[in-house]
Amino acid sequence: MTDWPLLSLTTFLPLVGALFILAIRGEAQVVARNARNVALLTSLATFVVSLFILANFDGASAEFQLKETAVWLPGTAISYSMGVDGISLWFVLLSTFLTPICILSTIGAVEKRVKEYMVAFLVLETLMVGMFCATDMVLFYVFFEGVLIPMFIIIGVWGGQRRVYAAFKFFLYTLAGSVLMLVAMLAMYYQAHTTDIPTLMAHTFPQSMQLWLWLAFFASFAVKVPMWPVHTWLPDAHVEAPTAGSVILAGVLLKMGGYGLLRFSVPMFPLASEFFTPLVFTLSIVAVVYTSLVALVQEDMKKLIAYSSVAHMGYVTIGTFAMTTQGVEGAIYQMLSHGVVSGALFLCVGVVYDRMHTREIARYGGLATRMPKYALVFMFMTMASVGLPGTGGFVGEFLVLLGVFQMNTWVALFAASGMVLGACYALYLYRRVMFGKLTREDLKDILDMSPREVAMFVPLIVVVIWMGVYPNTFLEPMHASVAKLIDNFELAKAAAHGVSVAAR
Amino acid sequence: MQFVAAVFLPLLGSIVAGFFGRFIGDRGAQLVTCTLLGISAACSALIFKDVAIDGNAVTITLLHWIQSGSLDVSWALKFDTLTAVMLIVVTWVSFMVHVYSVGYMSHDPAIPRFMSYLSLFTFAMLMLVTADNLIQLFFGWEGVGLASYLLIGFWFEKPSASAAAIKAFVVNRVGDFGFALGIFGVFFLFDSVSFDAIFAAAPDKAAATVTFFGLEANAITICCLLLFVGAMGKSAQLGLHTWLPDAMEGPTPVSALIHAATMVTAGVFMVARMSPLFEYSDTALTVVTLVGAATAFFAATVGCVQNDIKRVIAYSTCSQLGYMFFAIGVSAYQAAVFHLMTHAFFKALLFLGAGSVIHAMSDEQDIRRMGGIWKHVKVTWVLMWIGSLALAGIPFFAGYYSKDMILEAAFASHSLVGQLAYWMGIGAAFLTAFYSWRLLILTFHGKPRADEHVMAHVHESPAVMILPLFVLAAGAVFGGWLGYDMFVGHAQEHFWRDAIKDLHQTIEHAHHVEEWVALAPTVVGVAGIFLAYVLYMFVPSIPGALANTFNGLYRFLLNKWYFDELYDFLFVRPAFRIGRGLWQGGDGALIDGVGPDGVAAATGVIARKVGKFQSGYLYHYAFAMLIGVAVFVTWYMFNAR
Repeated sequence: MTDWPLLSLTTFLPLVGALFILAIRGEAQVVARNARNVALLTSLATFVVSLFILANFDGASAEFQLKETAVWLPGTAISYSMGVDGISLWFVLLSTFLTPICILSTIGAVEKRVKEYMVAFLVLETLMVGMFCATDMVLFYVFFEGVLIPMFIIIGVWGGQRRVYAAFKFFLYTLAGSVLMLVAMLAMYYQAHTTDIPTLMAHTFPQSMQLWLWLAFFASFAVKVPMWPVHTWLPDAHVEAPTAGSVILAGVLLKMGGYGLLRFSVPMFPLASEFFTPLVFTLSIVAVVYTSLVALVQEDMKKLIAYSSVAHMGYVTIGTFAMTTQGVEGAIYQMLSHGVVSGALFLCVGVVYDRMHTREIARYGGLATRMPKYALVFMFMTMASVGLPGTGGFVGEFLVLLGVFQMNTWVALFAASGMVLGACYALYLYRRVMFGKLTREDLKDILDMSPREVAMFVPLIVVVIWMGVYPNTFLEPMHASVAKLIDNFELAKAAAHGVSVAAR
Repeated sequence: MQFVAAVFLPLLGSIVAGFFGRFIGDRGAQLVTCTLLGISAACSALIFKDVAIDGNAVTITLLHWIQSGSLDVSWALKFDTLTAVMLIVVTWVSFMVHVYSVGYMSHDPAIPRFMSYLSLFTFAMLMLVTADNLIQLFFGWEGVGLASYLLIGFWFEKPSASAAAIKAFVVNRVGDFGFALGIFGVFFLFDSVSFDAIFAAAPDKAAATVTFFGLEANAITICCLLLFVGAMGKSAQLGLHTWLPDAMEGPTPVSALIHAATMVTAGVFMVARMSPLFEYSDTALTVVTLVGAATAFFAATVGCVQNDIKRVIAYSTCSQLGYMFFAIGVSAYQAAVFHLMTHAFFKALLFLGAGSVIHAMSDEQDIRRMGGIWKHVKVTWVLMWIGSLALAGIPFFAGYYSKDMILEAAFASHSLVGQLAYWMGIGAAFLTAFYSWRLLILTFHGKPRADEHVMAHVHESPAVMILPLFVLAAGAVFGGWLGYDMFVGHAQEHFWRDAIKDLHQTIEHAHHVEEWVALAPTVVGVAGIFLAYVLYMFVPSIPGALANTFNGLYRFLLNKWYFDELYDFLFVRPAFRIGRGLWQGGDGALIDGVGPDGVAAATGVIARKVGKFQSGYLYHYAFAMLIGVAVFVTWYMFNAR
């Protein structure tokens, strides 16, 4: 299997499925059913193929593996090259894992333009996976920006009331950031004469240039993460997006920002990263405290979870820039667990939204009486989001805080306040939706989760417990790559400071 | 084998009852959870014999957990004397509560869920006491917090129950915030979170200083203080105690198990477990003493005026936990754990007895509407008397041995705070006896104050509820007498071995205090009982008159020193206010207003302004051209010179 182009296969298999779906003709109902089945099967097959990536991955090596290279734009240094290391590996799997669940969740939720919806999702999957696998800067940029298109369509076509506003806000916000990144990439190309990411990681950019490049990349990634104060697109996008869109948005798209910081900002511009660390810490702490407080007063379920995502992603940026093993591994872990947990929480909202067609918290109450299975799943995911030990949420959060405490106790102190605030808004939401007396007439005959919905949640629950009880499965492949990242960072720092000392 | 079984059987029971409750039915769920817990309790007895009596401490590693950089944690079960004692307490009280619940909850529609939560709690508590590293301790710690949240909010249709559940979880989280920072600090200092490694390295680090949060201080002191914040949350010490009385919203067996006998003592256990660290920080120990003594006294004063039968006992629990902490503060860890053990039995007995009373009184909890029922519930009455005698520290009941030991130790420590703790403890002992008999008299004696309807229904509880009480009563009567020698007597060093480290030898000194020091607690106890008889039996008009005369003080106590109101004012309402302000002002007006929406609006305005120039009239364009020509000509003329 090792000589197979596994990464390209994983990347483009969904596209093949999308082509099949486009070819489906016939009555609307039949088309819808077939399109859904093809999409589901394709995404499942993609997931299976991606497991082979895991099987063939050598965790002891810090290098990019399963590499593929092909000529893309002859005459330039730009090529089609793919590869995964310990940092990108799990994001590929996260993408392929969440997509089938998303497609499963659309049954009953999306009834118009099903065919197009499925195509959009499969195209989205191709772009997401491609982005995490790309080891060429231009190729990365193409995938990174390409993701916006299907997501823009998903929100703009299948979204809620204010979908057009939200879609445009989402698109323009992220695009504005990315334009700066493109300029920075051009500058890097002229300086280093290559677009190959591993080569660029080894290249040393002059310090003054690093600062500008770092800021340009940061503009793009900070919007994606999203960091305070460029987070306001997220609540709108989440609220208006259809359930499956929200799941992918929270589950994978936000991680593109965190991944970008780890892939570009830190290894390529170590001195600038060191210089800007206080800025990142400050913004992250504000994000944790500010958005937690804002989440507390939300009246819309999705908006509340969207704000909580901003707070949770604040831990990611803290961990990334703590630059200790625990901090960085914790940041990656936090992204993975947040991908699963927040995805599951959006699915939870979707379950009741499909029944009642409202996300307003005040319209619910007392659901636990009628929906015990749902109550259990929702409680479990709420606890995972709060970071209860034994769930995936704990390990990431804990490692990040442990890591940053070694660097800066103040940051750890303020960030840890998120532990308390997180419990407040999450449990307050749960209480208003699930507890109390069931008094509303239209809720009295609400049905508990169907077997399909249970099937949707079971893999998520299994993964969250696995991540909480035996995190080493996920941490082990990261070690080598993270160690290399930190070593290079320290080396660059030492070299720079050595020079400045000598110059004196 | 028995080691793993003791810990994991309750988890199995919880899963079976929780997921298959619908298939095996109420009876099946009760049977499965009680049986598995019974086996677990039996295993614990074997473990106690093996580990504590025979001295075969073991650690069993189950599974690798987290490995990242130099952090390396495993799931491991550590069994030493301290753990063995806790195992006995947890599994036996839990077993009794499980059995009791079969009767108490028999009319509830969600029996399997209840039994599942109880077993889940027991599992988490067992993970807590068997942890061999701080992070696993934290797992159990948060696990019991979750179970407590679920059980307080068990009757989720009651708004007060859901509110109390959230309050308990969040206040505990405030403590955990400190606990987590403590763990980070310990890792920073020792580069490990495993107990053995920490304890081995502690003496070398005794003088190390670090700069945490901008201030340079003794490293161990800071770590200990942070860890103690966690203990304060879980053990409801002054400041973080507000959740405990509200937690009484849960079913009574829960109050007995979680909010009296086991979970709330987790803080005490944790600090006792960390004794090899705390021993190196006199500052931290002083703080522990002060907080403990203040809590013991504060809670006792509040307990004297409460009218809800469960709340009186809840404040009593809070107060007794204060005793345990100031015992720890004067390095008498053995006495603290001894009191933890005896308290678990007599307080569980009191709570379950109260539950039996509530059951008999058709769910009435206000002691002002009870009275005169002793003839109808003789067994419960006797058992409640036993529990109260033990609580008040009347000679030869369990509480007498442990509480006296604590007070003697405080006195013998010869420090100023120790003396303070002793006198506050004496004051609290007086109040304890007083409120216990106030409760007994108002509940069982005097004239009936309930209506005839309720009185007609007063009946003794079924055997399944009474039998567990007898077991607990046996503990409350003989526990102190049996355990004295092992826990704090001459055999104590042999009994504890390495489980507890005390550099100060306080227990040794405590055996040599003057006669009156040891006698005082008993004297004030009897005095308290006497006062209660005077006030509530012989001259029942006095309490009302007192409350009227000292109305301010009475209201202050009745409202629990206004802690809830203060926190509401300081934290809860501002949090919502700030949140709303940040949302509408920060996100809405400022970021969106200046950012995307502002830019979009500005673009529109500018485009419209520019668009106005394209009017389509020839003379407009000609005019613009003319102006342009004039400007150029002028510019040229002025620059041509």
